[in-house]
Amino acid sequence: MYPPNFNYVRAGSVAEALSLIASEDDAKFLAGGHSLVPAMKLRLDAPGTLIDIGRIEDLRGIAYGSGDENDCIGPLTTHATIASSNLASALVEAAGGIGDPQVRNRGTIGGNIAHADPASDLPTVLTALEASIRVENPSNARNIDAANFFTGLFETSLEENELITVIAVPREGAGTGSAYAKLFNPASRYAVVGACASVTLNNGVVSRARVAVGGLTPMATRCGSVEAALEGRSTDAIKEASAQVASDVGDDILEDIHASAEYRLGVIPVYVERALQAACARAAG
Amino acid sequence: MAKFVGKSFKRVEDPRFLQGQGKYVSNLQRPGMAYVAIARSPHAHADIKGIDASAALELDGVVAVFTGQDLIDGGVGQLPCGWVVPDCKIPERWPVVPDRARHVGDAVAVVVADNPYVAEDALELIEVDYEPLPVSMGARATTEYRAQQLHAEIPNNTAYSWALGDEDGMRRAFAEAAHVVELDLINQRLIPNAMEPRACMAEWDDTMEEMTVWTTSQNPHPIRLLLSGFTLGIPENKLRVISPDVGGGFGSKIFHYPEEIIVPWVARAINRPAKWVATRSESFMTDSQGRDHVTNVRMAMDATGTITGLHVQTWADQGAYLSTFAPLIPTALSITLFSGLYKIPGIWGEMKGTLTNTVPVDAYRGAGRPEASYLLERIVEKGAQKMGMDPIAFRRHNLIPADEFPYQTPVAFQYDSGNYQGLFDKLEEISGYGDLREEQKAKRAEGKLWGVGVSGCIEASGPAPSAVAGSLGSAVGFWESGTVRVHPTGKVTALTGSHAHGQGHETTFAQILADELNIPLEDIEVVHGDTGRVPFGMGTYGSRSAAVGGSALVRSATRVREKMTKIAAHQMESRPEDVYFDDETGNIRVQGATDEGMSFFEVALAAYTAHDLPPDIEPGLEETAFFDPSNFTFPNSAHIAVVSIDRETGEVTLEKYFGVDDVGNVINPLIVDGQLVGGVAQGVGQALWEHGIYGEDGQLLTGSMMDYAMPRADRFPQIETDRIETPSPTNPLGVKGAGEMGTIAGTVTVANAVVDALAPLGVDHVEMPFTAERIWQTIQAHS
Repeated sequence: MYPPNFNYVRAGSVAEALSLIASEDDAKFLAGGHSLVPAMKLRLDAPGTLIDIGRIEDLRGIAYGSGDENDCIGPLTTHATIASSNLASALVEAAGGIGDPQVRNRGTIGGNIAHADPASDLPTVLTALEASIRVENPSNARNIDAANFFTGLFETSLEENELITVIAVPREGAGTGSAYAKLFNPASRYAVVGACASVTLNNGVVSRARVAVGGLTPMATRCGSVEAALEGRSTDAIKEASAQVASDVGDDILEDIHASAEYRLGVIPVYVERALQAACARAAG
Repeated sequence: MAKFVGKSFKRVEDPRFLQGQGKYVSNLQRPGMAYVAIARSPHAHADIKGIDASAALELDGVVAVFTGQDLIDGGVGQLPCGWVVPDCKIPERWPVVPDRARHVGDAVAVVVADNPYVAEDALELIEVDYEPLPVSMGARATTEYRAQQLHAEIPNNTAYSWALGDEDGMRRAFAEAAHVVELDLINQRLIPNAMEPRACMAEWDDTMEEMTVWTTSQNPHPIRLLLSGFTLGIPENKLRVISPDVGGGFGSKIFHYPEEIIVPWVARAINRPAKWVATRSESFMTDSQGRDHVTNVRMAMDATGTITGLHVQTWADQGAYLSTFAPLIPTALSITLFSGLYKIPGIWGEMKGTLTNTVPVDAYRGAGRPEASYLLERIVEKGAQKMGMDPIAFRRHNLIPADEFPYQTPVAFQYDSGNYQGLFDKLEEISGYGDLREEQKAKRAEGKLWGVGVSGCIEASGPAPSAVAGSLGSAVGFWESGTVRVHPTGKVTALTGSHAHGQGHETTFAQILADELNIPLEDIEVVHGDTGRVPFGMGTYGSRSAAVGGSALVRSATRVREKMTKIAAHQMESRPEDVYFDDETGNIRVQGATDEGMSFFEVALAAYTAHDLPPDIEPGLEETAFFDPSNFTFPNSAHIAVVSIDRETGEVTLEKYFGVDDVGNVINPLIVDGQLVGGVAQGVGQALWEHGIYGEDGQLLTGSMMDYAMPRADRFPQIETDRIETPSPTNPLGVKGAGEMGTIAGTVTVANAVVDALAPLGVDHVEMPFTAERIWQTIQAHS
């Protein structure tokens, strides 16, 4: 497993990274290396230059917001760090279920979402949590809603020479809770199907529901029908609302040796329901 | 005087492994070494119309490119099959195929370069003109008359047919049966995945015309024999094969592989040391795989539930070629175990070994015996269901009684010893079996799917009486060698023909010898895995090392003791029969004498100074013995697994696991428990997760760890083990094999638990592995 030849440069700052990506031919950023390096070793990817951003401290760590402020996660923050953080419960839960300890200690949230594997957990969670992703290029910066960030199978709205610099996630106030439920692929531990729910409860009534699913669709998919069926109702409506997921996921259902489309469609309501139940339990405190 | 045998000691080999200081082939370097990479067929079946290596040869750092024809012209031979059942047709198999590839991963060309990066770059530049052919897949489907033929000389892709047992007795049993049960079942393809990928390094000494080969083998001497006599042609006295630390084998490193021929051939051709290390992807597509049987089994019973007959027909997929011991596994290691723990008068087993466009299949931990246990314990479970009997009660009704050993089965084997009722007594006790069934009733009343699976398994381990092996098709014998060398200072080097690749022989063999010689454990060094240091030996597989290799060392040690006794008696002016090895002082003393006698060191030194030896005693203190067992040993087990099934998603959770094993006398309980627990995990892996899947086009769809699901520790409850000890009378240690019992039992125990969980829905069989989807689909179909 030896990759083809490539150039390697290490960026000391965001500015340097952005300047390098604009000047180097056929360059890619290297963060934790847990998606890119295996692809290179299999010779499925052969970038001319790797720009190692792994030691840019500005891109690492979590800045917790206060009050209504978002929590801001640096893209180099590892899954292990997120799994032991005070971020939204669903994010903590999902990060703790990625791969194994070695993967969680190396893999980063930024690299994960830039790779946009349809079976990955974090895109589903960030979509449900209505996270905002800040990206920068040498001359500009913009914020992209998670729902617009993931655009297809291994595809994102990142443009050429853009670098993810912050992932902003709303804080969970009192009365709000979130959860992530997934069926593990027993080999890779990616999600065969995964569901994330974030809810706010008001006197036993679901005043706000945000639901997304992944693993069965080419990209994380927000579930408006489930949300609409639940909002304004009590938690007794969860099962009925979860069944609406079929109308949210469309016809393009993934199928592989691990699970048929029929199975994925068959069990996704169960995982939506479990995520909603757990989120409501957390919201109720 | 067992100061060491029977007690737990931490493994003496572990400090070096835990500190990353193991010496594996891939860690080894030789000066000026070149690196070998192998171009492999991306097609499951294709003619090779031409190979253009010109671009690769132009790449800076590329030393050479060789094709299959180059190797044939350079004198390599075909890979032989070491077990030939009657009328077996052996397909041609070259280390690098000259004209046709027959599975994805078949070696097509060899690149040699100054470093592994360039070698891999060069692979991409080799242009092979393939003409793809239709493929033939499926253990049984490949024998159908429309199927694509793999080898012109082997009609119907059927390499052999073999049968064993009492056909008339079987027919009578079914004619007279009160009840018959039947199952069609699949024992799916597994991919071994030892932690260390295979590797080979070779160095040629041009002036001495000597070759040294370092290879990841479980049996370096047989590899040297095959290299010398069949594939490479270097005389055995000029060929040294070393298997240093090896990171797991599970059977997959028994066999003679193409790369073991290619690398030394290259080293000689370029007169430079050369090395190849498999990538994990190469392991998936070139290491011999396991299982892959398609079976129909029928069982006859009388009105009381006594089993009277068993008829089994199996198609065993052997892959594209016959690997070194491939025909042995489904035949003499599987049908011979069809009697299980039971008295069954009419057994008839029929087996066809078939060829498909897949990686060759050979022994994988358990090797034939898990397949036998799986089909037998599944049909026994169904028999219990049919009779409306508790599965343990049904088994107890049919067990061979403890006073009938040795017991002759109708399928060739004579069981050495056992106490099968005792196994189940202990199993019921440690599992709280009665309570488990009560708990199950309560769970079922709540609508939960919760199953208790039972199994009772037998294994033939410690191969094998050489004459018996020969009569069944073996090209080799299965004795073992052991040398005990007492140095003049009294320190001991033990040389064993067994090979350790995780088993802990350096510890257990030292325990055996420490007791035999009455010396401290740390005075003994166990050496294995080097044909340059160790007398010819047969290696490690089939749970044979303690029973056969350990026994050879016992025999050598006994001779050393006898010689030391004579020398000591002579020097102390006493009679040998009055001399004894004193446990307390460690000295060799004279009965009744008040003096301290002689120390072990003093007697050893006297043997080497030879100043005053008895007249008939030669100088020196070293003995070599060869032990050829009189029979296999027959470890046996009774296991219980408890599973819960998520009714909504189909996910299976292993909740509890209990195993009682009889592996005879135990040398090191810590190591034996480790073997059993690891074995169970491997067996459960097959039941719940593992499956080597090929597409209809012969592409391996589970070609990486991303798709091939290995067992993980966090999916297991505590595995509770216990044992009864019925010593084997066939070896001086009284031991039976311990390395495979867990794997043999683990699979079917969990299978029975899953079927038991689903029984309220009317399910009587589900194919493995029990993935969430398969269980969900089963639940859907039965709701």
